[in-house]
Amino acid sequence: LPSAVLLKDMKLMDVKLGQLGSWLAMRDFTPGGIMGAIRRGHSRYYNKYINVRKGGLGGLSMVLAGYIVLSYMWSYSHIKHDRRRKYH
Amino acid sequence: MLSRLVLRAAPAALRALPPPVAVGVLHTTRPLHTTRQSLAPVPPLPEKGGEVRHGLIPEEFFQFLYPKTGVTGPYMLGTGLLLYLLSKEIYVVNHETAAAACILTVIVYAIKKFGPEVAAFADKLNEEKVATAVAMKDEAIQTLQTAIEEEKKEQWRAEGRSYLFDAKRNNVAMLLETNYRERLLMVYSEVKKRLDYQVAMQTLKRQKEQDHMIQWVEKNVVQSITPQQQKESIAKCIVDLKALSKGAHAAV
Repeated sequence: LPSAVLLKDMKLMDVKLGQLGSWLAMRDFTPGGIMGAIRRGHSRYYNKYINVRKGGLGGLSMVLAGYIVLSYMWSYSHIKHDRRRKYH
Repeated sequence: MLSRLVLRAAPAALRALPPPVAVGVLHTTRPLHTTRQSLAPVPPLPEKGGEVRHGLIPEEFFQFLYPKTGVTGPYMLGTGLLLYLLSKEIYVVNHETAAAACILTVIVYAIKKFGPEVAAFADKLNEEKVATAVAMKDEAIQTLQTAIEEEKKEQWRAEGRSYLFDAKRNNVAMLLETNYRERLLMVYSEVKKRLDYQVAMQTLKRQKEQDHMIQWVEKNVVQSITPQQQKESIAKCIVDLKALSKGAHAAV
């Protein structure tokens, strides 16, 4: 049964592409809002992958993989100089 | 997050999407927060975490792509992405790549070889923790049960209070009775003593009067015997005695 929900309360995956701009503008970007978003995201990941009886490897390895990817992106500007060809 | 997309793909009847307005419409069957969540009892931990394939990619991604591309879709996407990154040298192959390859090989080998043992060891630790907690809980419950039984016994004992009070009441009544009877006896004896005294007094008085009267009569009689009478009486006695002696001589 579809229920009418305000745009700013909808979750990201339910937002249509056209509404994405307005949805993003309506989000809470105050420091309190950002901390709340970080806390929510952390608790979602934690309760899904780590806070279980028989946790697996994936919970930790996904965090490490994300860290690896992020640090590669941050240091890309000086890894660029190790390229083998100049033009691709 | 991705599972909700699966839910969205299911109801095919909801194809008629309204034009984008400020108020969006959710095509899900997920209920919003209508009930207040309570903190107790705490729900138990889930048994297993979210599924992760190859240790890196959550299963939801594969399910997300399955309807459109089947089973091999995500792998083709991964291969294509890898080739794109390598050919455009967005991922640069340098000394770090060699180091990463060696390290990852060793790590993967170690995990494959020692993974289950470490998992069993961690499970054993968890089991011990849970066992001690459960033991404590059971012990607490046991002590409370014994406390409940003791309390019931005490309540049963307290019901016997009435008998105790009846016995005490009987004791007190008996004491009162004995006391009363003692006093009664004392009263009786005292009264009897006094009455005996009165009786003794009366008899003594009568006796004294009698003695006194006898003495007085004797005295008066003795006084009334004049000397002349005395002589006459003595002479008579002598005549009587002579007569008697004559009679006795004759008898003998």
